[in-house]
Amino acid sequence: MSANTAVADKYRNNFLKEIEEQVEMGDWVKMCMQCGVCSGSCPTNFQSAWEHPPQELFMMIRAGKREEVLTSTSMWNCTSCYNCIVRCPRKLPITHIMHGIAEYAHRIGMAPKMQPTRFFSGLFWKNATHTGRVNELKLSMGLYFKDGFVQGIKNGMAMQSVALGLVKAGRLNVMELFGGHKCKDQKKIHAMLAKAYEIERTRKAAKMAG
Amino acid sequence: MTEHVATNETILVVGGGISGMTAALEAAETGKNVVLVEKNPALGGRTSQLYRYFPKLCHPICGLEINQRRLKGNPRVRLLTMAEVSGIEGSAGDYTATIKVRPRYVNENCTACGDCARAVETMVDDPFNYNLGQHKAAFLPNAMAYPQRYVLDPAIIGTPDADKAKAACKYGAIDLDMKEETIEVKAGAVIWATGWQPYDAAKIQPYGYGRFKNVITSVEFERLADIHGPTGGKILRPSDGKEAKNIAFIQCAGSRDENHLRHCSRICCMASLKQTHYVREKYPEDGKSTIYYIDIRAIDRFEDFYQKVQADPSVNFIKSKVAKITEDESGNPVCWGVNTEGYKRYTTPHDLVVLAVGMEPSVKGVNIPGHIVADSSGFIEADPANGAVFGAGCATNALDVNRAVQSATAAALRAIQVVNKVAKAEA
Ligand SMILES: Cc1cc2nc3c(=O)[nH]c(=O)nc-3n(C[C@H](O)[C@H](O)[C@H](O)COP(=O)(O)OP(=O)(O)OC[C@H]3O[C@@H](n4cnc5c(N)ncnc54)[C@H](O)[C@@H]3O)c2cc1C
Ligand code: SF4
Ligand code: SF4
Ligand code: SF4
Ligand code: SF4
Repeated sequence: MSANTAVADKYRNNFLKEIEEQVEMGDWVKMCMQCGVCSGSCPTNFQSAWEHPPQELFMMIRAGKREEVLTSTSMWNCTSCYNCIVRCPRKLPITHIMHGIAEYAHRIGMAPKMQPTRFFSGLFWKNATHTGRVNELKLSMGLYFKDGFVQGIKNGMAMQSVALGLVKAGRLNVMELFGGHKCKDQKKIHAMLAKAYEIERTRKAAKMAG
Repeated sequence: MTEHVATNETILVVGGGISGMTAALEAAETGKNVVLVEKNPALGGRTSQLYRYFPKLCHPICGLEINQRRLKGNPRVRLLTMAEVSGIEGSAGDYTATIKVRPRYVNENCTACGDCARAVETMVDDPFNYNLGQHKAAFLPNAMAYPQRYVLDPAIIGTPDADKAKAACKYGAIDLDMKEETIEVKAGAVIWATGWQPYDAAKIQPYGYGRFKNVITSVEFERLADIHGPTGGKILRPSDGKEAKNIAFIQCAGSRDENHLRHCSRICCMASLKQTHYVREKYPEDGKSTIYYIDIRAIDRFEDFYQKVQADPSVNFIKSKVAKITEDESGNPVCWGVNTEGYKRYTTPHDLVVLAVGMEPSVKGVNIPGHIVADSSGFIEADPANGAVFGAGCATNALDVNRAVQSATAAALRAIQVVNKVAKAEA
């Protein structure tokens, strides 16, 4: 049984309860009074890419639209600008809830695979944890080639002048492509991360089983 | 019973709005002696600053005039205007209040002829009109002021303008030597009726009150509609004096908000519904009102009032709390938000935005001299710990005039019971 079907089974028709128990800060969702201030304050809501503003997502959660919420790209578009948090009359930690839902959807394998923010997050994480340092060149290349080789070249060409500027300013080193700089003690970094993973995993597994 | 309630049979009423006037009169008409203390130079409070009042849309003079007449005919009420209570000592049945009285510089000889105002040149802000306009430094507080007696603004005392005023008065009513006085008043019971004040709209940062001239408050809008107001009853916008025909009302401005007032102010939905009538009255052809709301709370039995406004084609309801206001190059305030019915974004310019500001107690519970139990918003609670200090009207909650008067009558009854007990103990 997949992680998704396991929790879906557990909560049956009570998606709100699932969010409250599984998502960080998810227990705040029921406090929303649907005033619309967060949606009206959200810069991403004034972009066509944004499917559901926070307030709508909260309503969808209460209406039990599990599939639609968890597979949505909306939470991934949040830029953490905090406009919504400072204005919400009910003081909901909206930004954190957005990230919480995204993380949960990712954890149970429901998140849209090729959503750029999600894709980039994965890439960044792998990149950073591998050597203990971020290799910016490999990271941006990874992102450019997300949608295949041809699109990757196109993206690279489009960003050419920016890249050259960065090289000139000493902010980007082309030699990074061959190895790149690392942490002194990579083993210890990996051991640290492994421990952190373990703690996190036990905590979340307990919650899912809970 | 060994309990001896001390020897004071007077009832002190603090605040001379509709609630304080009512409480004072109810008590006096049962034969009690009352001292009525009012901070302003005239009675009436915020009710007198309304253009019309719901539900019947009558002029505030309706309710106030009757009370003024009752007052005139009742020698048991001693009225102190321009006076504030600065401390209360003692306990139920035996209080001593310290009262500061500011000088009016005009005595009871005044006939309100207005000659002094014509002689004086200095202009000062007019608080009756929420400082939207100015008036002469010798003034009648408002057209239906009670008492009908002029006031000199302290700003002109010691200047030639004060001498001009004195010279102009044929009745010897101007006394430039008046000084601030502190007096003590005994009382068996106290009725605290200091009412409410509008929430400071400048604190609601995204709405730009104070930054954008054409964003005003609901209380200011009442003054714009009134013929005695700064625009002579025309709804003109402050930035350029243009007729404001396309008007937005923003509900819950500062209320139901953890960042501002936690409570629902209860009156503001009805106030905005009422104010759409002003727009239609002034601009019957092309006046347009838009109400942005979370949900409309037509308190009490006023659902029918709401339904009538809903049926009016010149009024548009948008279920959305406006997220922010900006200003375009013509000085129009622009409302930004999402209509929660259908999740549609809007950025809509209006001629004028009226913020339906929340009501908070004008004197927060904790600032009341003496020890008073108040709720988290500062409204006075009914609590035995308060002794014989009873809250009345909007000092106890956000209420409409009708409810405020009921609450005042209840407070009067409680105060009467206390002084009756005193009288019995003394007999
Ligand atoms: C925009 C708006 C529109 C409204 N329209 C309506 C309407 O149409 N119909 C309706 O029924 N209600 C309406 N209301 C509500 C109405 O204004 C109140 O119900 C009414 O003012 C309550 O009267 P009050 O005497 O309790 O308080 P207030 O009117 O506030 O009177 C209090 C008095 O106490 C005095 N005072 C304050 N502090 C002191 C002090 N320290 N010492 C001595 N005196 C002091 C003040 O000067 C004032 O005179 C409206 C409210 C708002 C915000
Ligand atoms: S601002 Fe807060 S209360 Fe309003 S819709 Fe958004 S989350 Fe809900
Ligand atoms: S923090 Fe995220 S959800 Fe909130 S307003 Fe900013 S982008 Fe929108
Ligand atoms: S003070 Fe004198 S001049 Fe002024 S209004 Fe009164 S009576 Fe007239
Ligand atoms: S009465 Fe209406 S506008 Fe006023 S606080 Fe309550 S809901 Fe908001």
